[in-house]
Amino acid sequence: MEFNIYDLTSFTSSFDQLLMENLSPFWAVAIEMILIGVAILAFYAVVGLYLVYAERKVCAFMQCRVGPNRVGPYGFFQTIADLIKLLMKELIPIKNADKLLFNIAPYIVIIASFMAIAAIPFAKGLHAIDFNIGIFYIMAVSSLGVIGILIAGWSSNNKYSLIGAMRSGAQIVSYELSVGLSLITIVILSGSLQLSTIVEGQRDGWFLFTGHIPALIAFLVFLVAATAETNRGPFDLAEAESELTAGFHTEYSGIKFAFFFLAEYMNMFIVASIAVTMFLGGWMPFHVGGWEAFNNIMDYIPPFFWYAGKTAFIIWVMMWFKWTFPRLRIDQLLTLEWKYLLPINLVNIIIMAFVVLMGWHF
Amino acid sequence: MTSESLILFFIVGLVLVGGAILFSSYIAPTSTNLQKSEAYECGVPTKGITWLQFNVGYYLFALLFLVFEVETVFIFPWAVMMKSMGMVAFVEILIFFAVLGLGLLYAWKKHALIWE
Repeated sequence: MEFNIYDLTSFTSSFDQLLMENLSPFWAVAIEMILIGVAILAFYAVVGLYLVYAERKVCAFMQCRVGPNRVGPYGFFQTIADLIKLLMKELIPIKNADKLLFNIAPYIVIIASFMAIAAIPFAKGLHAIDFNIGIFYIMAVSSLGVIGILIAGWSSNNKYSLIGAMRSGAQIVSYELSVGLSLITIVILSGSLQLSTIVEGQRDGWFLFTGHIPALIAFLVFLVAATAETNRGPFDLAEAESELTAGFHTEYSGIKFAFFFLAEYMNMFIVASIAVTMFLGGWMPFHVGGWEAFNNIMDYIPPFFWYAGKTAFIIWVMMWFKWTFPRLRIDQLLTLEWKYLLPINLVNIIIMAFVVLMGWHF
Repeated sequence: MTSESLILFFIVGLVLVGGAILFSSYIAPTSTNLQKSEAYECGVPTKGITWLQFNVGYYLFALLFLVFEVETVFIFPWAVMMKSMGMVAFVEILIFFAVLGLGLLYAWKKHALIWE
């Protein structure tokens, strides 16, 4: 079994073959499923926990504080300690809540983010499912999370929760339009919805640079809309703590609350991954057409590190947003989407279509 | 992996949430208290019912969203074919967006985009 960090395709296929040769097909598939399942679970937990840690550290440094520094070196195990604490907290039953929906809501929120991870290409060959409608699938699945939020807010039978959920619903469905349309701009350029094809198409330059001005506009619109779609500041009206206590998850306690928190950070990771895959070349190294020596040096860095580095950068930008801008009012929020981002996006798509028609892209 | 293995991701999500809640319910303390199971509201009992008729503004935006989201679904296949179809596709999308833009303009002029 060979392991090549630059191309994991041979590794995964030879691993598959090894299992198939030694075991009956049923057990081979079963073991593969269990291994992948455990891997996803571990990945999900680690990314979720360390994004929370990163957020606390980034926000601390932006406010000239130290941040968590007690548990482990530089507070590195703080979020793990928090998770254990939350596991040991009581799950308070709410008397007037709609019991069934109240308990279902965390499942919906978490499962929606799990399903979205399935289609993200992490590195060459490290791609759980390569759909031919990849980006469309991710959009469809990641928008299911809003149903969980609405159910959580409505079933709690609490006015804070209900207002938070309704705001969140209006906000997420509105900004989903802008997310979709800005991704369409890139689909025009790539001519495919399959994520592996889209990444391969950026071999000689990321779409952000090869797509002229429309790609740049689409990227900016996507960043704003994605921040709003994940309910993060300055668009965190759904859980505006100064007016709604905690918004839609006011009534949730212990580990159920932790799941909403985890899902929020995983959604941020997912939209950052989409941004990286569509605009910044996914796991593709940074190439400049014609500069052979430069390109070769860039190729030495393994694809997974390219992907992780770019994703971390986008996540950092989103954290930067949160700690820089004051929270919007809901009328400002909807005005921004319907009167600015949506018309800009529609015009932008036409410009991109024209650019592609004239062959002006690189 | 084939797309059937999506069920795996569904199951993993289910196991994570279900397992953690089950585990937590064993190790966490429980105590019953009438006040504790009340809805949270700054220490005073809740007045009136929560599940009442809601501001119509939210439903208006939901309707608008439905219209535009369906349009987005229509644009996706066009976007994939744009490169290979060329001029025909470009003229088609101009007509399509003219109609769509008129719709948005109508909603705008009817003050449907203003939050009240």
